[in-house]
Amino acid sequence: MMENNTNTNFKLDSKIPSGPIEKKWDQHKFNMKLVNPANKRKYNIIIVGTGLAGASAAASLGELGYNIQVFCLQDSPRRAHSIAAQGGINAAKSYPNDGDSVWRLFYDTVKGGDYRAREANVYRLAQVSNNIIDQCTAQGVPFARDYSGYLANRSFGGAQVSRTFYARGQTGQQLLLGAYQALMRQRNTNKVKLYTRREMLDVVIIDGKARGITGQVEKYVADAVIIASGGYGNSYFLSTNAVCSNGSAIWRAHKRGAFFANPCFTQIHPTCIPMSGEHQSKLTLMSESLRNDGRVWVPAKAGDKRLPHDIPENERDYYLERIYPSFGNLVPRDVASRNAKLQCDAGKGVGNTNLAVYLDFAHAINRDGEDKIRARYGNLFEMITAEDPYKNPMRIYTAVHYTMGGLWVDYNLMSTIPGLFVLGEANFSDHGANRLGASALMQGLADGYFVIPYTIGDYLARMTPFEKVETNHSAFTASEKELTEEARKMMSVGSRGKRTTTDIHRELGKIMWNNVGMSRSEESLKKALTEIPRLREEFWKDVLIPGKSEDLNVELEHALRLRDFLDISELIAKDALERKESCGGHFRQESQTKDNEALRDDENFCNAAVWEHKGEGKAPIRHVEELKFENVHLSQRSYK
Amino acid sequence: MSEYDNNGMTLFLKIWRQKCCSEKGEMVNYTVKNISADVSFLEMLDILNQDLIKKGEEPVVFDHDCREGICGACSLVINGEPHGPEVLTTTCQLHMRKFKDGDTIVIEPFRAKAFPVVRDLMVDRTTLDDVITSGGYISANTGAAPESNAIPVRQENAELSMDAAACIGCGACVAACGNASAMLFVGAKVSHLGLLPQGKLEAQERVHNMVKKMDELGFGNCTNEAECEAVCPKGIKLTNIARLNREFAVSSFFKKNDSGTKQEWS
Repeated sequence: MMENNTNTNFKLDSKIPSGPIEKKWDQHKFNMKLVNPANKRKYNIIIVGTGLAGASAAASLGELGYNIQVFCLQDSPRRAHSIAAQGGINAAKSYPNDGDSVWRLFYDTVKGGDYRAREANVYRLAQVSNNIIDQCTAQGVPFARDYSGYLANRSFGGAQVSRTFYARGQTGQQLLLGAYQALMRQRNTNKVKLYTRREMLDVVIIDGKARGITGQVEKYVADAVIIASGGYGNSYFLSTNAVCSNGSAIWRAHKRGAFFANPCFTQIHPTCIPMSGEHQSKLTLMSESLRNDGRVWVPAKAGDKRLPHDIPENERDYYLERIYPSFGNLVPRDVASRNAKLQCDAGKGVGNTNLAVYLDFAHAINRDGEDKIRARYGNLFEMITAEDPYKNPMRIYTAVHYTMGGLWVDYNLMSTIPGLFVLGEANFSDHGANRLGASALMQGLADGYFVIPYTIGDYLARMTPFEKVETNHSAFTASEKELTEEARKMMSVGSRGKRTTTDIHRELGKIMWNNVGMSRSEESLKKALTEIPRLREEFWKDVLIPGKSEDLNVELEHALRLRDFLDISELIAKDALERKESCGGHFRQESQTKDNEALRDDENFCNAAVWEHKGEGKAPIRHVEELKFENVHLSQRSYK
Repeated sequence: MSEYDNNGMTLFLKIWRQKCCSEKGEMVNYTVKNISADVSFLEMLDILNQDLIKKGEEPVVFDHDCREGICGACSLVINGEPHGPEVLTTTCQLHMRKFKDGDTIVIEPFRAKAFPVVRDLMVDRTTLDDVITSGGYISANTGAAPESNAIPVRQENAELSMDAAACIGCGACVAACGNASAMLFVGAKVSHLGLLPQGKLEAQERVHNMVKKMDELGFGNCTNEAECEAVCPKGIKLTNIARLNREFAVSSFFKKNDSGTKQEWS
């Protein structure tokens, strides 16, 4: 049944250790080779990105004694977009005594991901979750506490226990500052060298191993390279990502031989501030934690344009509570988003654009008082909107938020290029087809603090001795030459072109949102697959870039990112077309239950689709990694 | 949406343009039209830049990233105020509804000796990272942490610590200060960590090293004008500077003995 570009013979080795799931990681840690403490200083490691995954990896590896060079595109590592995560971080501490456990966190994450993640990776994630909270507390992360001084928890989508730790509505900021400070501490001892305002443009491979990176006219050599550069959500132009977040580092690595897994698994978040106009440069998230106390509703009758206060209770439809009585407003993100879209499609959307639903705190304020609600969510309410959420229900809508897909990695977080490791959102490993709230922070820190310090040591110990490489090696000069040539070509188009990068990027975003968004069909995906190549052709003919390539040139930077977004978008659409089932955030209209829920096809698609780049202008090859569920029973996901 | 395009504002901008640190800069006049009250300040600059690019001119360069008020990348002095006229708001969260048709808006970079201009409105704030590097952390190696509920923290302290930890490191406090002092920035970090039992052990070395580094990097002294507090988009309070001063006074009761290790005065 597979299309002819699917290669089922190729065997991807996920390196999942044998044995019972509870023992896999411990046994693996014991089996791994170690690098003697005195030898660690002989190894150089490059890390691209300083979000939770990159900063925590850099700090931990620096502490162990390795020499680290760390790169970020902002002026400071503290500005990576992990900083914007609001709601919290999950862990299986079970402090509230409400029945949580490592096993339950594992189970919820596998189920939340609609059974498209690797069991072994997810179990390890749940296992180290408690260490992360301990680590962050020791670093001075000011988590919320109850009056007795112990840590507080709240609940989040996709779970029936309270396991989310938080620091007001700024949990990502506080965790990142913890990791950033740990990183700066290593910088103070010279174990970490910091390079800011730099973007990785190529990964350099020598003798089949990742041995360095190149950027605009700069070259860096190492024994291993770690990419922790985040997701590719900005393919959609409008997303909750930072404006400069981009997919170029992973795409460049992909072109050099790192396989790309499940590109079509993109998450559309249900609680964002609705779009207001054509000049919008990004979308802003409202934490999912608001769904703890906020109730989502629309008018029961289509086209009801009365103000929310004028609509009596019995003419409102609290549709999540109605359809999903056991999880109610706390259903996972993909379910909440799809239902918001269905309500708007049915003409029940609210606000000027009819593309919004209400999130109402009136009941919670009546129950707990305004002060309590203000203490819980105060700073989240201060965002953008001019309305007063204590008096009127907020309007919310969906927005591209996170990409579960990413570079394929094995259990050791190593890509298909030996020596190239991928952490955090940049890899594909833990969230399957839908990520649960408060799990991105958990994964970024798990990868950086507690996985990579072990697995990279094993790689280095096995590969030793490394051939000594300098930046004048022919592979570096070849990469530099290619990059210079590409920039020259782009500037020669750019000096004559007519369309700005923003203009083209905005059009790409519309193609993606309309055809590869919350609801996808064979027809819409095929449409995207004709529109994207057309737009790419236009880009290479007509992009307008002022200035020179040797100066600081923000438009050239955007053009370089956009060139890669065009390619990534095409792969997202291709992958979505091949995956003829619905699962998690990937909803194919052709595959749904009679009440519009995602209908998986486990017989044909219980796998990760893993794409291999075959060269410019050539069709990529789709490999599959079959997923085995030995501990969690495959079933139709239900939140009813 | 199109409904706003018809009643959009016309604004007269005076913007600092400077090619690089070593070249002289100047104020340049621009006019933008049809600006909706709903766009953000940076989106207004995006619109200007799109016009400039289409005319073959180079866009105005400024730092920005998250555009939701948390990464601390955006800066700008707007009509003389870092982050502009709205209190407790970063430039990226400032909306054009704060301005009216026909307004003249003066836009400059953050100015301080320790923040050299990179280009136009973009400045180099790596000195703030250097101050953190000198001691703005708790030395807890990965893996060595005790069970997190083993050390309870007074809720009040956790809250005060969080108030200080909310600093986004934008540097508006430095830009607002007549002395270009980073005392509010440093005070916030000293308070964030020093208010927690986990951060107490290193509190004295921390404050000592951070203040020393701040002085070295060309930040000025504090003369209690409180301009920093007035412009801070995250509401970091002056009491954090008081806490810094107190910690610093305590730290000066430390001396180095002959072997170079610190010991307390008896």
